[in-house]
Amino acid sequence: MDLALIIALDVVNGAASLVLLCLGLAIIFGMMRVINLAHGEFVMLGAYATVISANAGLNIWIAMLVVAPVFVGVVGIVIERCLIRFLYGRLVDTMLATWGLSLLIVGLVTTLYGNTIKGVPTPLGGFSVGAYKSSYYTLFLAAVALIMLALVYVVMRRTRFGLVARATMQNPGMAATLGVNPSRIYMMSFGIGSAITGLAGGLLAPVSGVVPTMGAAYVAKAFITVVGGGSAILAGTASSSALFGLINQLGSYFTTPVFGEVILFISAIILIRILPQGISERFFKGSL
Amino acid sequence: MRLPRRSVLKATLSASAALASPAIFTGRAFGANEPILVGSLHDQSGPIAASGVPMVDSLILAIEEVNAAGGLLGRPLKLVHYDTQSNIQMYSQYAQQLALKDKVAVVHGGITSASREAVRPTFDRFKVLYFYNTLYEGGVCDRNTFCTGTTPAQTVEKLVPYAMKKAGKKAYIIAADYNYGQITAKWMTKYAKDNGGEIVSVDFFPLDVTNFGPTISKIQAAKPDLLLSALVGGNHTSFYRQWTSAGMKAQIPIASTTFGLVNEPSTLDEKESDGVLGSYGYFEELTTPASTSYVKKLKAKFPDIPYISELAAATYEGFYLWVAGVKAANSIDRDKVVAALEGGISYDGPSGKVVLDHATHHAIRNAYLAVAKDKKWSVLETYEQQKPLDTAGVCDLIKKPTDNQQYVIKI
Amino acid sequence: MIHVPVRTWMSVVLLAAAIAVLIAIPDFVETFTLMQFTLFSAMAVLALSLGFIWGYGGILSFGQTAFFGLGGYAYAVSVLNLGESTEAIAIAIALPAVFAAFLGYFVFYGRISDVYLGVITLTVTLILFNVVNATAGDEYRIGNAALGGFNGMPSVPTFNLPGNPSIVLDPTQGWYATGGALIVVYVLLRLLLRSRFGRVAIAVRENETRASLLGYDPRLIKLGVFVIGGAIAGLGGALYVNWGAFVSPTIFALSLSAEIIIWVTVGGLGTLIGPVVGCFLIQYLDSQIGTQQTFNSNLALGAILIVFVLLLPQGLIPTIRTIASRLVRLRPASGNATESAAKQPVGAAR
Repeated sequence: MDLALIIALDVVNGAASLVLLCLGLAIIFGMMRVINLAHGEFVMLGAYATVISANAGLNIWIAMLVVAPVFVGVVGIVIERCLIRFLYGRLVDTMLATWGLSLLIVGLVTTLYGNTIKGVPTPLGGFSVGAYKSSYYTLFLAAVALIMLALVYVVMRRTRFGLVARATMQNPGMAATLGVNPSRIYMMSFGIGSAITGLAGGLLAPVSGVVPTMGAAYVAKAFITVVGGGSAILAGTASSSALFGLINQLGSYFTTPVFGEVILFISAIILIRILPQGISERFFKGSL
Repeated sequence: MRLPRRSVLKATLSASAALASPAIFTGRAFGANEPILVGSLHDQSGPIAASGVPMVDSLILAIEEVNAAGGLLGRPLKLVHYDTQSNIQMYSQYAQQLALKDKVAVVHGGITSASREAVRPTFDRFKVLYFYNTLYEGGVCDRNTFCTGTTPAQTVEKLVPYAMKKAGKKAYIIAADYNYGQITAKWMTKYAKDNGGEIVSVDFFPLDVTNFGPTISKIQAAKPDLLLSALVGGNHTSFYRQWTSAGMKAQIPIASTTFGLVNEPSTLDEKESDGVLGSYGYFEELTTPASTSYVKKLKAKFPDIPYISELAAATYEGFYLWVAGVKAANSIDRDKVVAALEGGISYDGPSGKVVLDHATHHAIRNAYLAVAKDKKWSVLETYEQQKPLDTAGVCDLIKKPTDNQQYVIKI
Repeated sequence: MIHVPVRTWMSVVLLAAAIAVLIAIPDFVETFTLMQFTLFSAMAVLALSLGFIWGYGGILSFGQTAFFGLGGYAYAVSVLNLGESTEAIAIAIALPAVFAAFLGYFVFYGRISDVYLGVITLTVTLILFNVVNATAGDEYRIGNAALGGFNGMPSVPTFNLPGNPSIVLDPTQGWYATGGALIVVYVLLRLLLRSRFGRVAIAVRENETRASLLGYDPRLIKLGVFVIGGAIAGLGGALYVNWGAFVSPTIFALSLSAEIIIWVTVGGLGTLIGPVVGCFLIQYLDSQIGTQQTFNSNLALGAILIVFVLLLPQGLIPTIRTIASRLVRLRPASGNATESAAKQPVGAAR
């Protein structure tokens, strides 16, 4: 029983990490059809922002929850203005440019901070479930993931920016005719997507090995999850994160970590084959 | 310009030698001031750069020292280094470049076993002497290659019984899912059983796994006394952090053959790294005069160097072994240098005395056992002059000098 | 398309020039440069495979390395078992083609398109990487060939004269084989594009619905293009293994998949010569960057790519063509429908 509870926690943890990792990508991809191959590096930048500011003496919570998203959000806006905005509608070029960007960011961070950096310890302690132990941080991650989902929902549904953004997503030409500046909306969305990704990096910093190349481990999985979720940013990301988190964690537990990965990939292929437009097109049509 | 008599003499000698045998030295000018080229293949960018950078730094220092002392055979040394970018294809490409275009006298390099296996055939084919200075799983048997790092029989054999004596007989193994991890896991299993222990389970992880939640639960369910780790790389560092945050650090001790090879004790928090046991051929914290002077020189030259591990020390020693071989052979000709190196050449390096073993072309060297404490290693045990017994069981280049393969050692 | 005689004539001249270069190069460069060209040509075959299926079939495969890697491993395993390279090369072409047929059937008959296709091919590559990576240890062997896990298979026998395993090709002959294969693949693809199948494939890329209304089955056509691409990539894999006498799972790596896309984009999508040029250029750049110590290699390469996208958005070859036609004003704009319409085969703009 205790074991079942611990495994359930693992699943929640896996799904929550995926939600955090994918939400920003889903916004950027779903909104602008930009395939951001530098997504993993945005995660890395968030982690570095957290680690560096925490090592400089800043409170770890502020470093994770404020510095990381703000910094990466600003970086995202700068990148959007200097690079991405020239490439809208050119899927292929954005891939090339963001791949170059990912190399550039890795190279830059390595040049500035070297190949390794002193990490930050995990805040919060552990707790016991019977004979088993887990950490409060796992629960905290899950809570933040839920809050982020709720926040994005509220912004998209309840604010004027959300309304305009959704309109621009559906039909940028029409939105422009009605006096909206799509370029501005794109910039904002890219910034928000980057900020959420930076937050994910900040939150992962205390529980992962922070190195300049850490982003590479995330980009493929994040893509598969976002595409598997389909075009609805929230419902899609949430459902596919939950599904893949479940499959990966259970697979890793009951077989081996290697098969856990392979099972995840195979199920992603089957999922896309059965639901060629992603989960949300089939089950959550018309939702966010 | 005044030239020292010696080098003038040598130059004249070599010039006449060149005249006497014009067919041999047609390709390249050959003279006293023509530098001897030393090839280097190490990753300076990408995920493996953290290991590669200190190795090159060490090599640069060693070459400067030799040059400051008047060079080798009266000729200066020059480093030809290529950044292999953590990419196996680049290893093959630059290996060809070093062998065919630069025509270097020796190559030091290769970090992962995969990179070594990619370049080894190239150096065999084009007859370029090759030094592999990284600790690895053992078994390479090749007369053209010298492996100066430690192998499992030198370190794992010490680590496992020591850890078991401290913690208990029931061990759980976690390792990176590639050759090094898998073979090291087998050695761990063997040494655990030899010492009356028991392995509860062995888990392998692809190098890009970052979430260890399920594994930590699994380990808790198995309730081992001891955790043996051969996890590799930045992503796997996550394990130690998640392990600590789950509150397991105080419950089950860890012994590792890979932890701290880059600079994990100083990048992780004390409470994540304290108490982890490790065993290598060198630790920066060694207090012998040779070690402290090496550390001082390297840190003075490269203040950014994060930690000087066995990787850097073995590269330094491997280079000096080659220098000793060249001096003994009085030539940079590959066959002569190999023959000289096989004659029991030794070098007193930062880690102590290092001797090249003729039969295996591996190093007989000291091994150390240490525990991580306050972001540093505290060396507990010294094991003098450990032989590469694992490779010795399968490889005998005295009897069979033409042998050329990496054996999978039956354990 | 009506054949413009001038173009045909020019193609023949260019082909003759290419063959002349192929034959003459060993006399002018040293062995190392020749081996580097051999490598670049092997990779260029891979680039051609993607340039073909993406530029002319509209199929953006993120996992062309799956076929490349399968080809490489198929060659290595069969040559170690057969002791002879000719059949091994045939197997290295056939196996990826069969695999492409299965995967293509699964994908195209499931009406999966666009970015979903990219993700599926990417995922397949990741699976292959993980699986092959886990094959360290003696129990994983096929006949005489131990798969070797992450360390890969070293000392794979290289090409020999057909029918005579004792005569192994030297670097010059290896260059002839590889460079020759590149030219042959290029010419075959050119001819294929002029055939009925090629024109229908382009029609499908341009407008799937219209093509199917005209009575063609887009799924079948795409499958055909995909299988041909897989076979070519497999050949590239065999050539690659022949170059390095070595194969390891990094052949399936994500970074190589991305790099092929870069070659094609840099050279110019929707051309055949573009991917070849892009491949040579970027490979050369990669190897030059590693020899300098001033900048971090990633930093330098990343900066170059970004500048490239901003300055030459169409890719090298189309840009050169545009400039050339502006300067000369000889070539009528209509003769070049393939190139001009092919900038964005994957519906990116919505």
